Formats: sequence, structure tokens, C-alpha cells
Amino acid sequence: MVTIDGQQVQVDAGTTILEAARKVKIDIPTLCHHPDLEVQAVCRICVVEVEGEKLLQPACAYPVRDNMVVHTNTPGVRHARRVNLELILAHHPTDCLQCIRNRNCELQALAERLGIREVRFERRLRGLPPDESTPAIVREPDKCISCRRCVAMCRDVQAATVLWPVGRGVDTVVAPACERELSDVACALCGQCIHACPVGAIAERDDTEKVFRALADPTKHVVVQTAPATRVSIGEELGFPPGEIFTGKLVAALRRLGFDKVMDTDFTADLTIIEEGNELLKRIKEGGPLPLITSCSPGWIKFGEHFFPDLLEYVSTCKSPQQMFGALVKTYYARNAGIDPKDIFSVSLMPCTAKKFEAERPEMASSGYQDVDVVLTSRELGRMIREAGIDFASLPDEEHDAPMGISTGAAAIFGATGGVMEAALRTVYEVATGLELPNIDFKEVRGLEGIKEAEIMLGDMKVRVGVAHGLANAKRILELVRDKEKEYHFIEIMACPGGCVGGGGQPIPTDMEIRKIRGNALYVADRLLPLRKSHENPAIKQLYEEFLIEPLGEVSHQLLHTHYTRRSKYPISGSARDLAKLG
Amino acid sequence: MQFYRSHVLVCGGTPCVLEGCKAVRDALIGELKRVGLDEEIRVVETGCLGPCDLGPVIVVYPEGTLYEKVQVRDVPQIVEEHLLKGRIVRRLTGEGRLAGIVSYKEPTYLETQERIVLRNCGIIDPSSIEEYIARDGYKALVKCLTEMEPCDVVEVVKQSGLVGRGGAAFPTGLKWSFTANADADEKFIICNADEGEPGTFKDRLILEGDPHSILEAMAIAGYAVGAKRGFVYIRGEYVLSIEQIGKGIEQAKALGLLGEDILGSGFSFDVEIRKGAGAYVCGEETALIESMEGGRGEPRVKPPYPGTHGFLGKPTVVNNVETLANIPPIILNGPVWYRGFGTSKCPGTKVFTMTGDINNKGLIEVPMGITLRKIIYEIGGGIPEGRGFKMAQTGGTSGGCLPREMLDVPMDYFTLPEMGSALGSGALLIMDDSHCIVDIAESFMRFFARESCGKCVPCREGTARLHDIVKNIAHGNGTEKDLEVLKDLSHAMEKTSLCGLGQSAPIPIMTMLKYFGDEFEAHIKDKLCPTGTCRL
Repeated sequence: MVTIDGQQVQVDAGTTILEAARKVKIDIPTLCHHPDLEVQAVCRICVVEVEGEKLLQPACAYPVRDNMVVHTNTPGVRHARRVNLELILAHHPTDCLQCIRNRNCELQALAERLGIREVRFERRLRGLPPDESTPAIVREPDKCISCRRCVAMCRDVQAATVLWPVGRGVDTVVAPACERELSDVACALCGQCIHACPVGAIAERDDTEKVFRALADPTKHVVVQTAPATRVSIGEELGFPPGEIFTGKLVAALRRLGFDKVMDTDFTADLTIIEEGNELLKRIKEGGPLPLITSCSPGWIKFGEHFFPDLLEYVSTCKSPQQMFGALVKTYYARNAGIDPKDIFSVSLMPCTAKKFEAERPEMASSGYQDVDVVLTSRELGRMIREAGIDFASLPDEEHDAPMGISTGAAAIFGATGGVMEAALRTVYEVATGLELPNIDFKEVRGLEGIKEAEIMLGDMKVRVGVAHGLANAKRILELVRDKEKEYHFIEIMACPGGCVGGGGQPIPTDMEIRKIRGNALYVADRLLPLRKSHENPAIKQLYEEFLIEPLGEVSHQLLHTHYTRRSKYPISGSARDLAKLG
Repeated sequence: MQFYRSHVLVCGGTPCVLEGCKAVRDALIGELKRVGLDEEIRVVETGCLGPCDLGPVIVVYPEGTLYEKVQVRDVPQIVEEHLLKGRIVRRLTGEGRLAGIVSYKEPTYLETQERIVLRNCGIIDPSSIEEYIARDGYKALVKCLTEMEPCDVVEVVKQSGLVGRGGAAFPTGLKWSFTANADADEKFIICNADEGEPGTFKDRLILEGDPHSILEAMAIAGYAVGAKRGFVYIRGEYVLSIEQIGKGIEQAKALGLLGEDILGSGFSFDVEIRKGAGAYVCGEETALIESMEGGRGEPRVKPPYPGTHGFLGKPTVVNNVETLANIPPIILNGPVWYRGFGTSKCPGTKVFTMTGDINNKGLIEVPMGITLRKIIYEIGGGIPEGRGFKMAQTGGTSGGCLPREMLDVPMDYFTLPEMGSALGSGALLIMDDSHCIVDIAESFMRFFARESCGKCVPCREGTARLHDIVKNIAHGNGTEKDLEVLKDLSHAMEKTSLCGLGQSAPIPIMTMLKYFGDEFEAHIKDKLCPTGTCRL
């Protein structure tokens, strides 16, 4: 039994004061606390008075004990919180109006909540330049408040440990080692650090201006593809609660923004299943190399190139649905529509920051042009819709343009962890056995368990599959493969926890709870669709008949498959630059 | 073991090294060889002997004659007169405070001192385990292993009233009991020899002068709590300490006093050295553990405490060097004997390192509860050049600054905090009336701003702000509001910082404002530095 501000509450031993207080509806202010991450206890905003203790204690970390008496709102507590917040604010820019996180910033909200009207310390900034070295993520170290949430995310959840405190005292800054640029370190560009960041110190590279310019250019035929996980998240950008799917309104909004064609990445998700499914069957038949590992997630691909270059032969040669789409738009679609591919401006709407990097890979130009010109994240599209003044809520539901907008339920669930695996199994089973699946729901591979496993009989062959989401789990499963502790035939890896619904380009906030809600919504959408197996997609059949001829055929090989780059854990260009800096 | 009729101890402490003790040592060895005395007389390099401003210092045993400021040119005379003919060279015993003192064994300098921790320093050859054993070394360990149960050992330490000498004054026996009671497959003992507090050098001198006392104490602690491995986490700059401890470990292992199945008791204990890289914060026990695990030297969130969740997450006792040095005598002589020293609340002795404006600088060991006046004017020989006493900072840079009115305050771990100060590690910085308080404050705050690890907000941001504000005042740009902000900020830092660094960084400022507020006001209102130190 614990007493908090006069209210008694019964909680389990080990519960923190913060959790106990929430049980009696007292919301102690926090800043460095994040529900999904290791306790930091560094901002000292959540400090409270514990009777008998000389010091104020951080509620986020301090475990309750029996008969403890806690005061969360004394003059002493309020005074200490204000001083600590003033200290943070004095070391943070005041350009809130120009900040990408304006009105969605935890620091701003906290300053408002604590009623800060004056900062008594002289404002002093680090004066560090922004890191714009990658096409995906922009870091602004001047805005960093050293809460270290991104450090915990990058280390514990994503196993990349790219971001780390550098320097000491007031000069401490969270950055890649030796304050290198992100392009010079083994960063997957997954963007999960953005979800961890309470302020605007880490964000996506904003490419909205490029898209607005293309839309205004009469010589450009601007097409857009919408990724599976964006229809379930775009509503949140526009004021709706998580969990609702807005495919129709999304298409309508894109048309009103001026896109000439609104097509669907779900279409190439189905195509991916056909290509990858056949690749799996071929590898099983030819004796390897197995396991086949999915390649849809560009964050995972870059992570794998840095940390598991020895396992790259296992990775499917299929391009991601985004890049298959890009290659087809400037070939198949251009031919059918009679448009010169050089006039096509291809935009993709993605839940993902790593997709921006993927689109700029040199090998992603199999149409003869850069296959995807600009990648927009859900957040950027939300910004465009808001700026254009489109009243999203009252838009009619519209449909994607055919044929590259036609898709199945199998494609819809690509956005959730286990979805690609489930979609693949639906197709592989039927293609391999020629029989109809008795039950197409593979519940073993759904949900937020870090690593999921299932077995399926293909005729008399037992196929073992594994699913991992979040790069720490990816690392675990890959180490099992490397050490030959587990034998799988097929592994799905998604870089982001929860899969693409939790992607680094999704609306802020994105936490485990929200990832779960978005994922569940995709499974509902799948259930409601008439077609739920990729190989039943008529537009895909037509594509093969008209253009690709056969899965894994020559055209596929040219347009839909790719190769990977072995990268170091310690990329050397950085060292060269460090040496150059030293003169 | 070879016997010598005489030993010449050459102080190897840093100040003496700077004054050229190594050349003196070499000259002694050469001269003794030349006159054919090298079989009879042994030259020993020791840890610091204490009177650091009189170096190079040498002591000749068995007489205990202390020679000060010995130069190479003096060596032939010492050998010729003293070592060959037995006549003391008075010329070299005479200039400083040791004038007229012939014997190091009982000079007035040591009269008020009580040497428990430093019992062997300057007396034995630290690189000889035999000499340590000859002075009851490892007897306490043998007693533990043969006559006592582990819980008895913990109980004796509890009853002795010994509290941690690193600064936090946590009861040592209680600390041991947490680890002893913890259930784990592995436990550890760590000797904290990081000693980063400016002006503190006692741990180094203990390690240099009596390394085996620490190894023995660690083994006793290991036996008491059930640990088989110990680590000495030692400042990388402490080259001689590292060498002495390293030698000590080898010797103890060779005699079976460390290692597997010690003395056939079934108890095994091994000690390894870990070198620190110089961060002040790594003296904090959880930051030290982080550093040992290869992490960034930063404190951890407590609870849990190292006693149950320490090195590699296992129960770990972290004890300061001086704390450990007390253990063997306590075991041998019992808690009642130990409680005979110092005060009833705070028994035992304390080693202080005296620096600043004081005639006798160096290392002393005195009973707890002694007054500042007695230390400064009786042992320390007063303030040089007849200047007035202004303030003493006790406990290192994070300690409080005490004015003249506090000279009669008993120095112990419980009284000083009541005065807003701290006994801390035992650093004692004396300042005469020529110093400006704002100038001193600026230099202290600069130290903390540099040493803050950058983890928690109040310390990371606060230490820099304290420095900013004080610097502003020193430059004549201060306002009265600054004093208010200083107080507010200090309060928040003391109450909410993650570790002792941030919690105690404002202590000097707070005590300075309390006792020397008028000097701050002179800088702010009159734009005047009363001592003429600050260029306003």
C-alpha cells in the first residue's frame, strides 16, 4: 500500500512511482520517459518527494515500497521541476514556429503545462551544423536535449547502436561516434530514432517541396503509389485516432493535390509475392541457398549489408514493392499509356524513411531513369494535405487507378509484421500443391511477439518459417541462422517494430500500443476484401500475360530483381574524412 | 630473507619525484656500492612519507632519522657520516618544520597523529610481503579463515562503526551485509582507488606505501560476503600504485595468500587491476562499474544499488582504499579497540591531505572529531608568512568552505554536514586572506562544468550555469538577481541530480554565499574585489 498525494493505492512490488500515480489518475510530468524504452531517469522532470528521503526521486525509476508516502506536487517539487526545465529550455533553440515538430513537441507541451513564462538562464546553443548527409534522416544536434531516448531505441530495439552520447558535461551531444555523419556510419536509416525523439532533433528529410513543384509542372505526368501501411496511418496525421483505414479518402486527397494517377503499392506487393514465392519454390527445389529472407524492408536491407554481409546470399533478389512499382511505372505503364518515361514523375507514399535511401540507390534505375523520383512519408503527405487546405474528413471515397491500383488482401497485410509471410504462404501453398488452402489465416505469424515461427506442409515437405520485426529481433534470428542453431526455409524480416505500420515515417506518436492498433486494422481490411491471395489478382495475371511473360523470367530479372552491397560495420569513408579534418 | 643492518627509505611520492628523488636513490645505491656497504644497507623506494613540501625526503632505519630536501650532492656525506660512521648529518634534518627532529618514529609532527591506516607507510618496504607479514600482515585474514564464520566478520565490521572513507560515509558493515545476504552465483569486491577529488592523494599513498593491507582487506571482504574475485579500480596516472599493487598480487599469490584454496581453508580469492582513464565521475561507484564493464563512465540509476546489482549485474561491494586499510586492524584488535579512537558516533581515524596556504603540507592521520584549528595550527604549523586564515575547504572541491568561526568544529562525517560542508575524502585546502572568494568559486565551478558526465539535466546544464554566473560576477557583470538564481539552481541540483557529483557541486557555492556573502555583494554592487584579485 502506497500513499500518493493522500490517495492510497495498492500496487505490485517493483512498480514505479510513476505507474502507481497513474493508477490514481495522477499524471506526473515526464520528458525522457518513453513507454517502450528503458528508463533513462536523466531529465529529472518527474521528481517527487518521498517521505524520509533527503533527495527528490525520479518517479519514472523509483520503485515503491510498502507504506511509502509520496508527494508529487509540493512547492519544492514544482520548484525543482521548473529549474530543470528552464535549464533544458535555455539550451534549446526558440525557433518553434519554424520547427518540423511545431505543435507536436513534447518539450513545448511540457513548457506549456508547467507554465514556464521566463527562462532565467542565458540562452546558449551548441552551434552544431545539421547532419543532412543521408537522403532519409536529418539530425539537428542543436535541438537535442540529450534525453537519450533515441540512444535506447537505436541500441535496444534496433541493435544498431549508431546514436550515442558523445563528449562530456554541457557539451554532451547524442551523435554517431566521433560525431560522424549518419552517411558514414552503419545506420539502417529506419527512422525509429525519430519516434523516440521528443523534439525536432531528428526528422525525415522533407521532400514535399519537390513534389509540389512537380505537381505544378505541366510537362510532368505525376503518378503516386500508396504503400499498404499508409492508409491506416494517414488519418492520424489529420486528426483521427489510430486504427481507422482511409484508403478511399487517401486516394481522393491525392487526386485533389493534383496527382495524375493514383496507383497502389499493394499491386506490386502482390507481384512481390508471385516473384518471391517462385524464388522460394525454386530454391527449395534446387537445394538452396536457404533460408530465403524477404527483402521488402529497406531498413533491414541496409542493416543486413552492414552487419550480416556474410548472409546476403540468403536475401531474396526481389526488389521491394516500391521499387518493383517504380520500374514498372516507367516501362509497362509508360508503354501502355503512351507516355515518354522521361516525363513521368514517380512519387511513392511510404511509412518509411529508409525508402528514401532505397529510391536513391544507384541500382534502382532499371527503367533507364531513376525508378522512383521522390519518396514521401505519411507525415510529409499529412503536411501537404494540411497546407493545401483539403478537408480530409469530408472527402468522398475514391478508388485507385487501374490496373496498377488493383490488389488483394494479401497485399494489405504487408504493412504488419508477419504479413508478407502470411501472404506468401497463401500463394506458395496453392502454387506448389495445386490445392486450395483450407484456412488462409496464419495466426501463428501475426502479433507483436519479437520472433514468430510456424510450420506448413507443402505436400509431404514440412516448411519452417520465421518472422522477426525490429532489428534487435532480426539480429537474433540471423544469429540463429549464422550459428546454424535453427533451420528455416523462409524468414520475413521487417526493420521496424510491428512492421511497416510502425515505420520511421509514420505519424508521431508511434508507440507499441499504436503499432498494434494499426496492425490489427490491416487484418480487418484483409478479411473484408473479396480477393485475399496474390495469385488471384487479375491485374497481376494480366501483367504477366502482357509484359513479364513468366515469374523469374528475363523481364522480371531485368526490372524486378536486384543485388546487394557488402558494407562494413565501420564504413571507411568516415575515417578518411576524420583524417582530413585533422589536416 | 636477507638481513640488513640498516634501511634507507627514499620517498617515491610524486612531489619527491619532481624534486629528484630518483636521482638521489640511484646515487645512494651507487655510493653504497662504491664504499662496499651494499650488502649491509638496503635502499628502498617507498610511497609518500607525508611531508610533501620537504622533498626529496629519506628516512634511515633503525634510527628513524628523517632527512629533508636531500640532493644528489648530499649523498656522499650521508653515506660517509651516517651510514658508515653512525653520525647524523644535522645539516639535513634542520631547515623545515622538522628542525631538530631526529627520529621519524616520534617527532612532534606525528604526536597528534594516530596511525591505523598508515600503520606501515614509511616503515616497511612496500614491495616486500615479508616486511608486511613481519608487522602482523595477513594475520587478520588467517584469523578470519581459521576462527571466524563469514557472518562474524561482517558483524565485527558492523560493530566497529567504520563508515566509508571515500566521502559518502555509508556504514561499511551494513554495505557488506547487503552483498553477503544477496543470493547469486558470483559476487565481487571492488577497491575504489580512482581518487579523483582534487587535493586528495591519500589512497595513492596507502597503495604505494602499504599495498598488502589493501589486498588482505579485499580478501577478508571476499570471505565475509562470499566473493571470489576482486578488482582494484585504480587511476591510470597512479603509476607507482599500479606497480606496487601488481607486485603485491604476485607475491601474495606466490605465498598462497591469494588464489585458489587460501591456506588450505577452501576459500579462494583473486585480485585483478583495472585502470581508470581519469574521469572524475568514475569515483562514483556505479560510474566506476560502468567503466569497468567497458561503458561510458556514467552513474547508474539507483536503486538498485551495487550491493545487490553491481559489476555485471552481480552483488558487488565497492569500498574505498582507506576504508579497506582499516579492516585488518579491526579484525585483529576487535571493534571495541577501534571504537577507542575518534568519536562515539564516528569512530576511528581519518587521513587528511593538507594543501594550500599551510606550512606543513602533506598527509596526516588523526582521530575523527579533531578540530580544524588543531590540524591547521598544531599539525599544519599554521599559515605561512604570518597571514590570516580565511577559509578551509573540507572534503575536496565538492566540499564546503568554512570560515574562521568554524575552526573549532569537530571534523567528522556527521558534524560537518550540519555546517553545510562535508568531510568527504579528506582533502583539506587551506586559504589565507589574500584570496578572493569569487575567484575561488569560479575555479571550483569550472572544474565541475568540465567533469560533469553529461547524463542528467541538473548536473549537465547546472554545472555550466553555475560557472557562467560566477564568472559573470567575477568579471563585474553580476546582478543581484544572479545570487537568487544561484541559490535556486543550487537547490535544484542538490535535490535532483542523479549522482553525488551534481548533488554536491553546489556545496562550495552555497557555503561561500553563506559565510562570504559580502564579498559577492561587493563584486556585484560596488564592482569591487576586496582582495584585489579579480580584474573588474
